Amino acid sequence: MTDPLILFDLLLGVSVVALAVAVMGARDLFAAIVLFVIFGLLSALAWARLSAPDVALAEAAIGTGVTGALLLKTLHHLRYVTGQLDQFAAPGMTPAEPVPMGVIAANAAFCGLITLGLAVAYLGAPQGGPGFDALVAEAMPQSGVEHPVTAVLLNFRAYDTLMEVVVLLAAVIAVWQIERGLSDAPSPDLGQVWQGFARLALPAIVVVGTYLLWKGSEAPGGAFQGGAVLAAVGLLLLLSRAYVPRPAHRGAARLLFVLGTGAFAAVALLVTGGGRVAFQYPPDQAKTLILLIEGLVTISIAVTLAALFHGREPVALPSRRDHHDT
Amino acid sequence: MTPDLIYGLTGIAVFAIGLVGALCAQDRLRRVLALKLCSVGAGFILVVAAWREPPASPDPVPHALVITGIVVMVSATAVALALIRRLQTLEAEADE
Amino acid sequence: MLLDWIAASLIAIGAVFFVAGTVGLLRFPDIYCRLHALTKADGLGLALVAFGVALLADSAGEVFRILLIWFFVALASATCGHLIARYARQSGEGDAHD
Repeated sequence: MTDPLILFDLLLGVSVVALAVAVMGARDLFAAIVLFVIFGLLSALAWARLSAPDVALAEAAIGTGVTGALLLKTLHHLRYVTGQLDQFAAPGMTPAEPVPMGVIAANAAFCGLITLGLAVAYLGAPQGGPGFDALVAEAMPQSGVEHPVTAVLLNFRAYDTLMEVVVLLAAVIAVWQIERGLSDAPSPDLGQVWQGFARLALPAIVVVGTYLLWKGSEAPGGAFQGGAVLAAVGLLLLLSRAYVPRPAHRGAARLLFVLGTGAFAAVALLVTGGGRVAFQYPPDQAKTLILLIEGLVTISIAVTLAALFHGREPVALPSRRDHHDT
Repeated sequence: MTPDLIYGLTGIAVFAIGLVGALCAQDRLRRVLALKLCSVGAGFILVVAAWREPPASPDPVPHALVITGIVVMVSATAVALALIRRLQTLEAEADE
Repeated sequence: MLLDWIAASLIAIGAVFFVAGTVGLLRFPDIYCRLHALTKADGLGLALVAFGVALLADSAGEVFRILLIWFFVALASATCGHLIARYARQSGEGDAHD
């Protein structure tokens, strides 16, 4: 009855919870971020164990990799702004204020109630209840791809994915607007060894990202995982200063941001033009259309994530700092 | 004991920790981290709901939902972090 | 069967090296000693685990992928160790023995 893997599951579950506590409890912000990255990777491992390799890949690449880079960049910026760059530890950036006991008690009661409700709902729910397995399995032959998750993402629930790409686009627009006129923290000099590593890793990352995209139609992988891995190329280029964004590159960047959304919407409109509902691809062309969308969306995702990491829109900064709002 | 029970409880615990952190942490970066924990906890519950006993393959729809959630969360995180950077810069300028 | 046992013992020895590295990380006094323990022991542990897993692989393609993973993880961990040591030296943290 007892599978030896259950022991592994128990150990992993306990580690994940302990890491979550450690993330919240760490005194140093840098330590909290590093612990969060480890937490994300172990969660990805747990999801791989729950036979969800696509989700695990996405969590490892986007939820942990890209997010970790974003968090560390923000911490660097905050330390630069508050003049703590030369200090080794960063205990916190916002001054802590005393909280009345009543508020703490109310918060604790609220959290306890929600957790209790979740636990009751989870334990009371029918296990392995009727999902969408049968429906998806029935519709698979018409989807044009062999991997069910890709079929759901890009065929059966393509509206969701279109909106998801739009959310990414909205995020990069918002970040450019928020950071308008903000001066950048000087990026740290990482030295010769790092440069060599970047040079060795770059071609490999390009190959892995493209492989993930290509594999997506029949096995775990796909546009989001591939795009996130390709975004790492952008991060390496930005960090090693092999590529410095210039104001003149904004047009190309904007084009690449909307490329995925545009192609996705264009395909939907084209399909509608043929007398069908949007995203009801003709079965014999489904694979071509899905691969086309995936390829263009991957490029958009990679460029958008790299732009989110870079943050500020590459504009020529005014020379005087007190003059930045027009 | 089955994996879905273990990881389901893990997900609830992680969500609860994130919820407490989001309400109680005063540092802005820590709040973002707490909300990230909440999102991972929710992901755990959905992935567990999709899980079937090994010979059967899992339900792909929740998997697609979690992938969508991860991408939306990274977008939200990026915007939140940009707001934090801006806010801290404004405060530092006001202090000068 | 024999191959399984060889692979299992290689992975077990690799795990022992990982444990040794972790003990070093927890017990050694300053950042350079800790990094030394961690990168050295984990490098060897990883190689042993990768070799053990490669023995269990079904096809040449899998062995090749495991080798690639080993190469890039080793490369990345060496670079990370270097970056941490470099940062510690520049900020002068490693001199304080606490």
